[in-house]
Amino acid sequence: MSADAQTRANAAAMPVLEFATTAFTTPPRLSETKVAIVTTGALVGDGDADWIQGEETFRVLPKAERGFRMAHWSLNFDRTGFTSDINVLFPIDRLEELAAEGVIGGVAPRHLSFMGALHDTLSTIRLDTGPAAAKLLRDDGVGVVLLTGA
Amino acid sequence: MCTRTGGALAHVLEQQGLATVQLSSIRGHTERIKPPRALYCEFPFGRPLGKPNDAAFQRSVIMAAFTLLERPAGPVLEDFPERVTDATETPLTCSLPPAFNGATPSVIDEARALRSAYERQLKRSGRTSVGITGNVETIPALLEAFLKIAAGTLPENAGLPSDPHRSALDVRAYYEEAALALADHVPQARATESWFFQQTEAGKLLRKAQAQMIAAGRTDYLDTIVPRGQE
Repeated sequence: MSADAQTRANAAAMPVLEFATTAFTTPPRLSETKVAIVTTGALVGDGDADWIQGEETFRVLPKAERGFRMAHWSLNFDRTGFTSDINVLFPIDRLEELAAEGVIGGVAPRHLSFMGALHDTLSTIRLDTGPAAAKLLRDDGVGVVLLTGA
Repeated sequence: MCTRTGGALAHVLEQQGLATVQLSSIRGHTERIKPPRALYCEFPFGRPLGKPNDAAFQRSVIMAAFTLLERPAGPVLEDFPERVTDATETPLTCSLPPAFNGATPSVIDEARALRSAYERQLKRSGRTSVGITGNVETIPALLEAFLKIAAGTLPENAGLPSDPHRSALDVRAYYEEAALALADHVPQARATESWFFQQTEAGKLLRKAQAQMIAAGRTDYLDTIVPRGQE
């Protein structure tokens, strides 16, 4: 069994947050809205503080930057893909291409990064930093969010 | 786990009026978290778009995800039809610098000899994941500390700037990025991880330090430095 297959098998028994209902926002027309990436790949930019254990805040990733550092704490995944091509985790150039073709209305000026390696109830994300992230994106005119992990 | 955190974020962002679609890496988690829209992609962890330097493939993943935005209600969970697997069982073939057999520990010689390859990769990609605990200049000092831990010194007395977990991540990132330059191609996922832990002096040192810490009862998360399967 490959290492990733083993991780998936182990994960099956882990507790996860369960929500009684699933919120649903009717999406705007993709060709008329900005798209943002929200990654849990724990990227940080120059000058950003590194993550502390259990941290549920986010870092802002300006769309013109590409020199982000993968500061995720997990031992159990590949980093060479990201080192070689940022788009394999943070597909910013693909979004720019789709915007140029008119498939999406635009690329958000700011994207967001969270630390995915969390083992808590995520109460800060649910009650505080998640809504703050949503406000930031809405203020930038974002209508659709693509969530990527590591 | 990223899929779990991402799923929770999807719920919160959607509640706040944003339409979301998640690339899920663990189907079982997404089945239970039930975010509004998710595309399960069985790709290597760390590569949620599947294939580096393959714009057409990445675009196909994004477009498959965006298709889910057309559904009238959620939760929606679909599978991307193509799988990509990791190559942990096939270490990268990558030449290592010869040991100098001098007064310096061979692992320090090895790390210093990889510096030019690391710099070439940094120039090529414009980014590095080294820097959680220090910078490229501190890699030899980290290895000297892990030599002490492997010899029985407690981690807090070994001179590490941080905990063993994050310190080891910097060492590993330095080596894996150097390996990218030496290999001159993008390896399959986790092939450099196996090269590092099974073939380099530094990887073997981390395994020895890990075994020493476990023997001393140090099994906390922040004392864990070797991935599952590489022990």
